[in-house]
Amino acid sequence: MENSELLRFTTAGSVDDGKSTLIGRLLYDSKSIFQDQMEAIEATSLRRGESEVNLALLTDGLKSEREQGITIDVAYRYFATPRRKFIIADTPGHIQYTRNMVTGASTANVALILIDARHGVVEQTRRHSIIASLLQIPHLVICVNKMDLVDYSEEVYENIKEEFSSWASKLDIKDMHFVPISALHGDYVVEESENMSWYKGSTLMYYLENVHIGSDHNHIDCRFPVQYVIRPYSDEYHDYRGYAGRIAGGVFKKGDKVRLLPSGFTSKIKKIDTYDGEVETAYAPMSVTLLLENDLDLSRGDMIVRENNSPDVDQDVEVMLCWFDESKNLQARGKYTVLHTTQDVRCIVKEIRYKLDINTLHRNQEDLDIGINDIARVVLRTTKPLFTDPYRQNRITGSIILVDEGTNRTVAAGMVI
Amino acid sequence: MNYQLNHLKELESESIFIMREVAAQFENPVLMFSGGKDSILMVYLAQKAFFPAKIPFPLLHIDTGHNFDETIEYRDNLVKKTGARLIVGSVQEAIDKGLVTEEKGYSASRNGLQTTALLTALEEGKYDAALGGARRDEEKARAKERFFSHRDEFGQWDPKNQRPELWNLFNGKKAMGEHFRVFPISNWTELDVWQYLAMEEVELPSLYFAHKRKVFERDGILLADSPHIQKKPTEVVKEMMVRCRTIGDVTCTGVWPSKADSVEKIIEEVATTRMTERGGRTDDKRSETSMEDRKKQGYF
Repeated sequence: MENSELLRFTTAGSVDDGKSTLIGRLLYDSKSIFQDQMEAIEATSLRRGESEVNLALLTDGLKSEREQGITIDVAYRYFATPRRKFIIADTPGHIQYTRNMVTGASTANVALILIDARHGVVEQTRRHSIIASLLQIPHLVICVNKMDLVDYSEEVYENIKEEFSSWASKLDIKDMHFVPISALHGDYVVEESENMSWYKGSTLMYYLENVHIGSDHNHIDCRFPVQYVIRPYSDEYHDYRGYAGRIAGGVFKKGDKVRLLPSGFTSKIKKIDTYDGEVETAYAPMSVTLLLENDLDLSRGDMIVRENNSPDVDQDVEVMLCWFDESKNLQARGKYTVLHTTQDVRCIVKEIRYKLDINTLHRNQEDLDIGINDIARVVLRTTKPLFTDPYRQNRITGSIILVDEGTNRTVAAGMVI
Repeated sequence: MNYQLNHLKELESESIFIMREVAAQFENPVLMFSGGKDSILMVYLAQKAFFPAKIPFPLLHIDTGHNFDETIEYRDNLVKKTGARLIVGSVQEAIDKGLVTEEKGYSASRNGLQTTALLTALEEGKYDAALGGARRDEEKARAKERFFSHRDEFGQWDPKNQRPELWNLFNGKKAMGEHFRVFPISNWTELDVWQYLAMEEVELPSLYFAHKRKVFERDGILLADSPHIQKKPTEVVKEMMVRCRTIGDVTCTGVWPSKADSVEKIIEEVATTRMTERGGRTDDKRSETSMEDRKKQGYF
């Protein structure tokens, strides 16, 4: 168990395609549900007059949601098998909650997209897949659910698979996988099933336990945003100056020649330090402390990279922006705070190129009014250069958020193009 | 070369990142220390985050006056060992000042009164970020908690007005008088905590290990016999081998029959147990939404 990996996945689906039931099923069949939780939902199911224990209740969160019978925000769930520990970002699928799906997707290795076998590929399926592709979730699993309601028909499954595949060919998806399931009865969620002997693939759980995630981090381009400078000011560590941070990409080794941004100075890694002692190599997503050969003055927001492999250093940053704020629309020429890695700068919205229709991928250049849950291609001009990589290449150095300077709210998330 | 961390190391790295983010973004943070294993883990991770420097913020302990003795002893040793600064907020003081009224009767607990003492201590210290060891797997209202949880000037949590958190970008910006609660171990489960503490060989208070104790049963939960709890005439005290799964105020922390006297045995017990650890907290049982209601008022 101690050597198990961590896999984060997000689930997307609407209220009635069985998403909550699927999560309940994963938790229940992997024995991650406790007796007191089970008793609580049994009692609730009984009180509501439901004939079976409603597994969907396991993922019901707050009082206000239970009253309305909907989920309003990203909720995180945890379970583990002997192979892996799983974190589920459970996001609601209503049209108005693109924001939540983007949030859940931002850290996910895998996205599960549910399709109701009776209805096939619908508008929401397309929208969720487009978001998964925009957010560059490395692995996409299409779960064709409610197979029990279509007599476990191979034909229905194959038609949906074909329809989705041909439509998705225009998306940027690295790895796509299909599985027919019945979340309600458990077919092919954790256990295989006689009901679909025609299906030769593995269960959803088998996929989640075995999909290769070792390459989901960038291990090529070395990026170390300086997060915090450690200066102990003690007798024992008198001249200690350590640059603490979490590696955003690449593999750093002791002795490596490095370049410092924005100054452009070069130096060498003298030591990679941790509480547990010095290490020879460090890679994403490790939190470490780098010590350099030369006595240079680096501070939070600066970046340490390899000498001959630099990110883009630019004050003009082009992003796909997802707008989150319900109270105010994106202001053309508006000023916002940008958070990027450990940098905190101001920006002005220089140009809104187009609004993306997330049902059709149509680029709308006429209507440039960007409100909540809209996605737009935007050029920002920042007060100081940012050190970015394209989001496709690195999800950490390729992502930003915008903060409203009046309300301090996080109003948008952006992926660098 | 396989560049893949195991899940405990990945969780550790995430928590260290959050702690450094707090030190960088806030002027006057504080770490809320309860004496439980989660806050012990927090102090340990904070040591790792800032090594070889000392932890750059003080520890705040809200003392209900109804503690297990072992908790205080462990706390004082930890402070000595790490060189951290300790601040104690007192519930007794809040009662004496008339800020709160002590509950009376059989199920009287000072747990709810902690909120006032905590908010008072945060206000007096002018802390702008309070680090807490809450985990999302503990309770359903916490499943939606952010790493950086925004509190208004009354210390209240508004579930509908929390900032979305994406990638590793944490927005700690706030207006005057507002503050943040920050939960670096949000993504850890009870089992993760135990596995990690075992892997790192972290020293723990004796309460977590099976020991003989005088206990009595109430509403299906075993409580430690203590002068701070009023017993009903029908409640019979007996001596049993028990251990704590969480440590809080002695009046509301249930103990569990257990023979687990080592971390390894505890892990085995946790991995096979069929009850959530908060199943033994009488404060959560008051109503189906009691945690959500307390959080809105400013409980951590």
